[in-house]
Amino acid sequence: MSGDPTLERIARGNALALCATGSWTARFAPILERMVADAEKLGGTRPNIFIDVSQVSKLDTFGAWLIERLRRSLTRGGVEAQIAGLSANYSSLVDEVRRVKAEPVVEAEGVTITGMLEQIGRSVAGVGGTLIGLIDMLGAVLAAAARVLIRPRGFRLTSTIHHLEQVCWRAVPIVVLITFLIGCIISQQGIFHFRKFGADIFVVDMLGVLVLREIGVLLVAIMVAGRSGSAYTAELGSMKMREEIDALRTMGFDPIEVLILPRMLALVLALPILAFLGAMAALYGGGLVAWLYGGVDPEAFLLRLRDAISIDHFIVGIIKAPVMAAVIGIVACVEGLAVQGSAESLGQHTTSSVVKGIFFVIVMDGVFAIFFASIGM
Amino acid sequence: MAGEISDAIIRVRDITVQFGKTRVLDGLNLDVKRGEILGFVGPSGAGKSVLTRTIIGLVPKIAGRIEVFGVDLDAASAAERRGVERRWGILFQQGALFSSLTVRQNIQFPVREYLKVSQRLLDEIMVAKLGMVGLRPEVADRYPSELSGGMIKRVALARALALDPELVFLDEPTSGLDPIGAGDFDELVRTLQRTLGLTVFMVTHDLDSLYTACDRIAVLGNGKIIAAGSIGDMQASQHPWLRQYFHGKRARAVMG
Repeated sequence: MSGDPTLERIARGNALALCATGSWTARFAPILERMVADAEKLGGTRPNIFIDVSQVSKLDTFGAWLIERLRRSLTRGGVEAQIAGLSANYSSLVDEVRRVKAEPVVEAEGVTITGMLEQIGRSVAGVGGTLIGLIDMLGAVLAAAARVLIRPRGFRLTSTIHHLEQVCWRAVPIVVLITFLIGCIISQQGIFHFRKFGADIFVVDMLGVLVLREIGVLLVAIMVAGRSGSAYTAELGSMKMREEIDALRTMGFDPIEVLILPRMLALVLALPILAFLGAMAALYGGGLVAWLYGGVDPEAFLLRLRDAISIDHFIVGIIKAPVMAAVIGIVACVEGLAVQGSAESLGQHTTSSVVKGIFFVIVMDGVFAIFFASIGM
Repeated sequence: MAGEISDAIIRVRDITVQFGKTRVLDGLNLDVKRGEILGFVGPSGAGKSVLTRTIIGLVPKIAGRIEVFGVDLDAASAAERRGVERRWGILFQQGALFSSLTVRQNIQFPVREYLKVSQRLLDEIMVAKLGMVGLRPEVADRYPSELSGGMIKRVALARALALDPELVFLDEPTSGLDPIGAGDFDELVRTLQRTLGLTVFMVTHDLDSLYTACDRIAVLGNGKIIAAGSIGDMQASQHPWLRQYFHGKRARAVMG
């Protein structure tokens, strides 16, 4: 490697020569920049300054540009500045950087108060846009479903079965495990606190009602939003990025019919099944803990459970499942199709798919609670 | 195989690469001379990109030795390897620009990571590199998704050149460009090679590029280099694939 670069000042009568030596390359860019900044202060001190580059052993774009920058700034300072001793090898490089426009483009300005207020305004207005987008997608999916009903040959069975496997069958182990554990925890906590009042057995009522009406379906819906909603958004988003969706459209296929309807259908079928399995696993877990920890034997548990719950509780729970599935699916598909060209955008939309999915699931649950309360179920 | 070259910048010896049971490269030897533009051709699926990716260390090999700048990449320490990586630039087939960074940030990224220089110099160098690849500074704040295919290639080349490398790998630089754009790109590679003293390793399918840009051509077939030499040597060769490639309908059109 050639030596460190230097920039010596040698007076030659009235003129000054700046002698550059060593290797003026990217490796030494920080040193070079400091030397050049120092030399730029010479502007105006002499009428004539030569920048002698004959001793430079190696030159690249960084070095060439810094020499050019020095020349320009000296010239601006009213000095007759010239580059001398340029070897033939490097002259084309220096010519190249000479064409560079001096002023670098300015970067966008930072954060301002008006900018922040504008951001808030835009996000509030965005909420309305989101709702319209969801309704739009719901309409498009229903229209596609109607078209498929009229012309059943357009229905994509293989695709639907494939997605059903992904979102239902493969989700069973994790859903059953988690709901089982939640059932155990509810039962344990119930027994622990009810025991103070000698009301151990009422844990069965609490477990039955809670699991069948609320926890079973809500928990499973949140898990599905995290597991399958995010997958839908990522799949559709990366297809959008690679223009696959445009390709489908130009071949005369409706992306809603080909991509979204099978996914929606799979989700709407999967969530009730998963909610049912989840509820059973939670009851099983709760019963197990009640037996081992609370001393309620299985026969007593089942007898009490039969008294405590009616089919209404089960129906209230399971009726919510397909609606929540539809909400998760629609949010995921809208977000997937909103992905722009960058990896960052894909990440943002996948995040917001899960966040919005869970939010809407909980909102729907609240709406259902009010509804069922007013019809007395 | 062209005989030993003393000042080889890349020296590849007996490289074997295998995917599952398919042997893609089979005892391949290749030298790239300092300061030349080597055009690398071969039928689709012959393993041109695989060889490039093997040299830059993205694909593992099962046998052989690779020296770049005289450093044996297998024996090199992490620091030596980083030193080598700083001295080469790579233009991927699809550009491989970072999609969440602007053009400016894409080009400045390697510089910022390796050198402690002011933002002003970063910006100036970025503008200089954009100028070198024939783009206006106005594109600096666009994202890769807002660029055309040709612009993506140019920005990717500017990023590959950001640290003033001595060696650049170009993987099909002109594929997907219109003939005029491709011609400009060849011209650009030639100019940059002259001004910056680059060594260029160019995988290509473009006959025009071979004629106008390359000093030497190497041909890959059956996992080996079947021929290497000037364009004249290629035309004189009796190898069936070469005859077809250089004397086919398209070749005649180019030479026409």
